[in-house]
Amino acid sequence: MSRFWHDAVEFFPILLNGVVLTIVVTLGSLLLSTVLGLVWAMMRVSGSRVLSSLSAGLINVIRGIPIIVLLFYLYFVMPDFGVTLSALQAAILGLGIAYSAYQAENFRAGIEAIDKGQIEAAQSIGMGWWMTMRRVVLPQAVRIVLPPYGNVMIMMLKDSSQASTITVAELALQGKLIASSTFKNSSVFTLVALMYLTMRVPLILLVRHFEKRAARR
Amino acid sequence: MIALSDVHKSFGKVEVLKGITASVEKGEVVCIIGPSGSGKSTILRCINGLESYDRGTISVEGLRVDRAAPSIVSIRTQVSMVFQRFNLFPHRTALDNVIEGPLYVKREPRAAALERGRALLAQVGLADKADVHPPELSGGQQQRVAIARALAMQPKAILFDEPTSALDPELVGDVLGVMRKLADDGMTMVVVTHEIGFAREVADRVLFIDGGVIVEQGPAKAMLNQPQHPRTQDFLRRVLHPL
Repeated sequence: MSRFWHDAVEFFPILLNGVVLTIVVTLGSLLLSTVLGLVWAMMRVSGSRVLSSLSAGLINVIRGIPIIVLLFYLYFVMPDFGVTLSALQAAILGLGIAYSAYQAENFRAGIEAIDKGQIEAAQSIGMGWWMTMRRVVLPQAVRIVLPPYGNVMIMMLKDSSQASTITVAELALQGKLIASSTFKNSSVFTLVALMYLTMRVPLILLVRHFEKRAARR
Repeated sequence: MIALSDVHKSFGKVEVLKGITASVEKGEVVCIIGPSGSGKSTILRCINGLESYDRGTISVEGLRVDRAAPSIVSIRTQVSMVFQRFNLFPHRTALDNVIEGPLYVKREPRAAALERGRALLAQVGLADKADVHPPELSGGQQQRVAIARALAMQPKAILFDEPTSALDPELVGDVLGVMRKLADDGMTMVVVTHEIGFAREVADRVLFIDGGVIVEQGPAKAMLNQPQHPRTQDFLRRVLHPL
């Protein structure tokens, strides 16, 4: 145990660099997946058959590709088409796109859970489609969507480790690098696991807060 | 003001309106009565474009109702709707519900909208509920807020779709009272209702609809007291004497 503490003190600062990148990747892809997911969901409920089936098709394709393959594609294949991304950019883009499909389905479920009467009431006072969404549907859908959104955040935190496969030196890769150079596998990976668990705590508290708020209304 | 001419409407294979021709003059109160599924509500919903119709024409102040055309917004701001299930926005206070349309659709200055919103809530007897969210109000109070919301658009006519059908019996009177006052003030109203007493007292004219057609129509008192058509007679007997 004292060996572990000794190693922990030694490796913690290096791993902290990884933590920073893990947070950057998670927040970046969270933001991107939220925006894209919202766009897919809006297309899905737009009432336009073209937009709706386009969005449905896209979601199916995205969901069907493993995240790791998507990352490889963006990082190793896109340069062949003249698009060169840094590892960090590719990671955020890949995770963001991959998760946008799940976000979209979550958002759509929230939007469709809103009573039709709400939309009719908005229309009856002369609101157009977009204003109905913005003023009436989305504010109510947020309460329904937030608890599952919190779960997606936690999943994204963990899946940000897949960025290690395209050389983003986030927490998992930092751990692997230290472990392979020091052979202190047990100390390093225990520490890495504990750090992931610790980062999860604020997210869990946030989810709990969301759920309480959703229940109150 | 509102004119329907040979309006047909089908849901799938079921034809719910089979040629409705009717008109509502300015300041008139018209009640539509009839059995469930007869197409009463569908008529209202077609007038302000919540439903499309297949054949015939509907016009409001000479403007053809077409729910796909941009003019529908102008029609909807002129013809407000009050729903059976209130459909208030639960995430906004009573006052915010009332000023939502004036503020965001008609782009009125906030101060003016607020002032009229408060006055309208007072008019329906809910001045003290301005800051309360709809789920904390009784059904009768919610429906009165919904009427204030409809009035806030300063409409030329209001469509009421069974406004008291979802209310506890003891709350019906408050809502009908507000509606009666509106009628007395000269508001043009089309009311789908099962409240025969209200129709007799307040309406100028009554339409009896069954099976998607107007079976009988006439001045409210005469028609409700001495219905001519056997189907009207039968319907009124069932509604007035259910036992």
